[in-house]
Amino acid sequence: MKKNLVIIIGLNIVLALAIRWAYNVELSMNRQESMSEVLKKKYGQKSLPATDHSKFEILQKKFDTPQAVTQACISCHTERHKEVMESNHWNWEREEYIEGRGVTYLGKSNLLNNYCIGASSNEQACAKCHIGYDFESTPNFYKKEENVDCLVCHDNSGEYMKGGGLAGLPAGTVDLGASARHVGNPTKESCGSCHFYSGGGNNVKHGDLEEAQTDCSREVDVHMASQGVDMSCVDCHSADKHNIKGKLYSVSSANKNRAECQTCHGELPHESEALNTHTAKVACQTCHIPSYAKANATKMSWDWSTAGKLKDGKPYSEDDSLGNHTYMSIKGSFTWAKNVTPEYVWFNGTADHYVLGDKVDTLKAIKLNELFGSYSDGKIMPVKVHRGRQPYDPVNKTLIQPFTYAKEKGKGAYWKDFDWQKASEIGMKEVGLPFSGEVTFPKTEMYWPVNHMVSPADKSLSCADCHTNSPTGRLANLKGFYLPGRDGHSGVDFFGKWLLILSCIGLVGHAGLRILSGLKSKQA
Amino acid sequence: MAKEKVLIYKRFERFWHWAQALLISLLALTGFEIKGSYSLLGFESAVSLHNFSAVALMILIVFSIFWHLTTDEWRQYIPTYKNLSAQLKYYTSGIFKGEEHPVKKTVRRKMNPLQVLSYLGLKLVLVPLLVFSGIFYMSYRFTSGGQLMSFTPFTLEDIAFWHVLGAYLLVQFTLIHMYMTTTGHTVTENLRAMLTGYEDLEVEEQEPREELDKNLQTN
Repeated sequence: MKKNLVIIIGLNIVLALAIRWAYNVELSMNRQESMSEVLKKKYGQKSLPATDHSKFEILQKKFDTPQAVTQACISCHTERHKEVMESNHWNWEREEYIEGRGVTYLGKSNLLNNYCIGASSNEQACAKCHIGYDFESTPNFYKKEENVDCLVCHDNSGEYMKGGGLAGLPAGTVDLGASARHVGNPTKESCGSCHFYSGGGNNVKHGDLEEAQTDCSREVDVHMASQGVDMSCVDCHSADKHNIKGKLYSVSSANKNRAECQTCHGELPHESEALNTHTAKVACQTCHIPSYAKANATKMSWDWSTAGKLKDGKPYSEDDSLGNHTYMSIKGSFTWAKNVTPEYVWFNGTADHYVLGDKVDTLKAIKLNELFGSYSDGKIMPVKVHRGRQPYDPVNKTLIQPFTYAKEKGKGAYWKDFDWQKASEIGMKEVGLPFSGEVTFPKTEMYWPVNHMVSPADKSLSCADCHTNSPTGRLANLKGFYLPGRDGHSGVDFFGKWLLILSCIGLVGHAGLRILSGLKSKQA
Repeated sequence: MAKEKVLIYKRFERFWHWAQALLISLLALTGFEIKGSYSLLGFESAVSLHNFSAVALMILIVFSIFWHLTTDEWRQYIPTYKNLSAQLKYYTSGIFKGEEHPVKKTVRRKMNPLQVLSYLGLKLVLVPLLVFSGIFYMSYRFTSGGQLMSFTPFTLEDIAFWHVLGAYLLVQFTLIHMYMTTTGHTVTENLRAMLTGYEDLEVEEQEPREELDKNLQTN
């Protein structure tokens, strides 16, 4: 009877385990197939354009000005430019709500960074990345519809490019007619023409967005890989009425209209329950982007305080072995890095910014954009932290917007005249802020969430990259929560260690005494 | 009194004991790796094996509770203070002088009073502590119906505190337990009994169970 019971129980356990195992195998096989197939079908196939613009009569003529192209576009797409002129790509600002500030309007017009610092007073140069022509920061400019630059996004010929220091106008070499006849959805190159080169060169600012992604391996970027799904930027950054989804927290603040992994992959995309539960507190990017700047180096620090050294009265630059500038008289000293391990922060999707005129002290590095979040409301997010030193007015306690760019000497632009007092005075006057005449260079930090250069699944982080008490663990410095494998209770560990040590000593002592007292002889 | 080969540990009991020994060893091995004490299987494998062993152990515990209740074997664990100090005295001095065990082992009373107390503590305090803190640990976050769920009446830090504390105590218990098996009439007698089920016991006149229980209560 009891024998039977044991056999029945035993067989039941075996059966239960077998069913569970088989179910898992089946589940994982189905999932693997469907997930990647569905996503490939959805995003891997390119649709043909509905219209061939090269057949349009209005586009056959020779265009003398880029504004004339825009007029031609508007003659058919009669309302589209209005959408563009509502967008933050045009206005360089968007309405945000920030904890502690309320509703504010933030963008490149009133925010600073610790690369080239700020656009104000330098529009001639900075407007190379504005979607308008003849850029000037006057209210009047923003109403001129013919200045909307349709081609910078929609040119598919690959020949269109903006000129340097031309306030947003195309380079003189561009064949406007050819570009106008070859328009379509924005390509990687269209978006990349600004977003790859921001900060003054390839991959300088982002670290995870650069020209290598126009033709890269799956290891560099599993989404954009030319041998893979070969997605373009707008597959994720889709636009509704020219309002493009997704934004970066160097200039954005609110948790809205974000381009997210979950849109395609769902909330719980893993086969493993253990991995799915991580999504509560860990952003996808944390595990799936183990490093950024995989193909080319990105700038990690920028020290403006060393700028202005001249050789024979002339500005110069120095390069490292990879050909990256390590020093430029006009900009100061830089450090670069490739295959960078991100730093990790808690992030809830909202951020604050240093806004022109904010008074700050310099006891700690000034955070130009502070990412908000904690264990209770955020997720762990990988960031590129760009550290710098930049001009600051120690009397007014404000960061300085310097006037850096002019075409010729003598106008006070720092890049020509190398005079901080003069450049600061002009720049601060332009933005309507007081300047004391003193310039120091405190430390500043910028936080760039890393979102691109997703690795193939088998290259993502593994458990022990974070679940370790090694000081080199990825999350060794992220506090405010209990991480199994990293954390412990020192009291319990002390108690447990000594409990076991003393027990062992006791047992060995007891056994020794038994042997000594002639236990063996008794046995015999 | 004559010694006789007696079946003292029944088939289920032996299966239960050794399966439990295996599972607890696996749990300790993987558990302390998860805690970060050393690196052996790799964190991921350690977690999988730990969770698997935990579920298996909990199933085993359910069956063993059922077995104890249905076979009346739970009565073995009724605590008694009779001979408790004698037993303590035996382990701290008598054993070195070659004295006899103060309590006779019988099929109905397999454990001496000290064992009864220790195993009762194990089963009523330590194992529940580990099982329940473990259940809280496993259900801290889980998915159900495509939804991420949380069951967080305690912080993960507190759960881990009690789970790890229990783990240290259970390891200590196991160490002492293994050592104590060597204190039978011969060093390997107890071990052999748990493997084969049979042990040479001095057969006394069988007391009816009711009689035994009455004795226990009056003492």
